[in-house]
Amino acid sequence: MSSVPGGPAGAPVLEVDDLAVTFARRGEQATRAVDGVSFAVGASETVGLVGESGCGKSVTSLAIMGLLPRRGVTVSGSVRLEGQELIGASDSRLRTLRGAHMAMVFQDPLSSLNPTVQIGTQVTEVLLEHRDMSKSEAATEAADLLDRVGIPDPSRRLKEYPHQLSGGMRQRALIAMALACSPRLLIADEPTTALDVTIQAQILELLRELVVDTGTALVMITHDLGVVAGLCDRVHVMYSGKIIETADRHELFARPRQPYTGGLLASVPRLDAGRGTPLTPIRGSARDAIPWAEGCAFAPRCDNAQDDCLTEVSGSVVPLEYDGPGRELRCRHPLEHPPAPSGATAAGAAR
Amino acid sequence: MSALGELKRERIDQLAARAGQVPEGEGGVSLTRSALRRLRRDPVAIIGAVIVVLFLFVAAFAPFLAPRDPLAQSLLSDIRPGFIPGSQEGFPLGVDNLGRDLLSRLIYGSRQSLMIGVISTVLGVIVGMALGVLAGAFGGRVDTLLMRFVDILLSIPSLLMAISISVLLGQNQYALMIAIAVTQVPIFARLLRGSMLAQRGSDYAVAAQALGIRKSRIVFGHVLPNSLSPVIVQATLSLATAIIEAAALSFLGLGDPDLARPEWGAMLANAQAFLSIRPELAIYPALCIIVVALGFTLLGESLREALDPKFRR
Ligand SMILES: Nc1ncnc2c1ncn2[C@@H]1O[C@H](COP(=O)(O)OP(=O)(O)OP(=O)(O)O)[C@@H](O)[C@H]1O
Ligand code: SF4
Ligand SMILES: [Mg+2]
Repeated sequence: MSSVPGGPAGAPVLEVDDLAVTFARRGEQATRAVDGVSFAVGASETVGLVGESGCGKSVTSLAIMGLLPRRGVTVSGSVRLEGQELIGASDSRLRTLRGAHMAMVFQDPLSSLNPTVQIGTQVTEVLLEHRDMSKSEAATEAADLLDRVGIPDPSRRLKEYPHQLSGGMRQRALIAMALACSPRLLIADEPTTALDVTIQAQILELLRELVVDTGTALVMITHDLGVVAGLCDRVHVMYSGKIIETADRHELFARPRQPYTGGLLASVPRLDAGRGTPLTPIRGSARDAIPWAEGCAFAPRCDNAQDDCLTEVSGSVVPLEYDGPGRELRCRHPLEHPPAPSGATAAGAAR
Repeated sequence: MSALGELKRERIDQLAARAGQVPEGEGGVSLTRSALRRLRRDPVAIIGAVIVVLFLFVAAFAPFLAPRDPLAQSLLSDIRPGFIPGSQEGFPLGVDNLGRDLLSRLIYGSRQSLMIGVISTVLGVIVGMALGVLAGAFGGRVDTLLMRFVDILLSIPSLLMAISISVLLGQNQYALMIAIAVTQVPIFARLLRGSMLAQRGSDYAVAAQALGIRKSRIVFGHVLPNSLSPVIVQATLSLATAIIEAAALSFLGLGDPDLARPEWGAMLANAQAFLSIRPELAIYPALCIIVVALGFTLLGESLREALDPKFRR
């Protein structure tokens, strides 16, 4: 009943096609938070969605999961999970898919757990909802799950409340809940932002292992390029609701083409840069964006910007175009790189 | 060698697990229990609790505590127009205009106040919560409809509402309780609904939804339990209001038609005529009402703090 007709072998687990989300509150101007986003994720693959705060990463993931409120929100385009269309699917259909076939891990592990309910109850609840299990089977399975995500002494932890666990353990518990039914797709929305650096690394390592072991498709949402470097196979850089550059991880770090991507990389400290080299932050803030219909949203902050970056000059919106094998780019005056990677960029690729 | 490694690892895990625990003394403790622990350290809460417990004790053991029968008339020969005997041997607080022992009447009066306060508050909580849950769980049109209705109730001053209902239902204790309950309903309905709507948008509710938990379970298993603390606080505060309102209504003559039965509000009303000769007849019942209401209010306010998530951990 909750089985999804599997696509042909090798078909992507998740296909997002021209996804757009518009928020329209009464009396307010409508805002298009996600604007024609397309990407696909295959089994065992990790795809990164990267961008500054407010660029639409979370809204994209909520739209995929069907978690946006119905009132005041318009979602268009197509989201297919193992070939099955999710946009417009009924609430009950979506509910049976969520948790069982697709799951999500959120940014703040403390607030994502119910403070008044024991961890064990929250984990078994997912099992009881989606899997044909008795309460005692679910309890055993819950302990197994906690053990799998590296929580020591799981049977004791099951009886505790969220505030009694450390931040890292909470996030592990949430990952255990998300993986309880071996979903084909896992979306992690900045899963490490609220954690210490050492814990971050552990959680990322855990996610990486799980993707390898179970063949889950992972969508990794982050604004941290370190996370991208450590985890993602392919990266989509978002700006103001649109994807502006797509590339394999190595390609992106070695040869960023979009001036925004270049700026992001330049604003991260690098070991090989030598002491005293100043960091170069991108000037301005994401709020300076202009609507895509009028020109490149990044133009107000872009060093390469020229007149034809505006729609009124070029006559068309900046398109997302093929930019060599495996790459796509939305830019009229991209960064140029020498054909052979120079020492500096090669070192960057190895980050 | 590897066995030693294993052992070490286990030990390290153990230590790590212990280190991950929240401050000493909190281990294995639910939030309710840690709230209770905070309450015990709060002097205001203790004062409130002592008053409330004392009041409950007096009400429960009134027959053993009262020195005399609250209905029996004595010292009748001493009562003249313009004079009511005060404190004397056997009558610590004196008698009222009909020669009934004031202390005994005050002690028995606590029962009436407690009963009216508790029953009307419980009624108000039940009906108010039912409306609040309906509105909070369904949202949308159900919510709008219910809240308009509740707003109408809320816009009528509570005493006026209680008076109208007592008049409508006739003069008896049950009418009094229902009247007070009706004034409480909109408060509880609004409170629970607001707190449920806030909780419904909270991260853990969205996270539960993302795990495909069914809506009824999210509402009743997660959202509702987390929405209750303002209701608990308000119920405690409402006990104070209910006791005052009950006194006010019987002061206005809308209470128990059996005027002989001791009740603080009715005693206060009765004392009006003798204010100039024996003000104590009014002062003592008034003090009782104030102190008991204060006790519930102090307890409620410190409960609010103890249950506030901002003070958690
Ligand atoms: N409920 C909403 N109503 C109106 N606008 C919204 C709503 N939720 C999000 N937005 C808008 O959508 C845009 C994208 O928000 P989103 O949360 O996806 O950003 P993000 O990329 O996840 O940022 P962050 O890194 O801070 O999490 C924001 O500009 C925000 O103003
Ligand atoms: S299109 Fe123009 S403004 Fe936009 S990033 Fe490219 S060069 Fe800069
Ligand atoms: Mg976000």
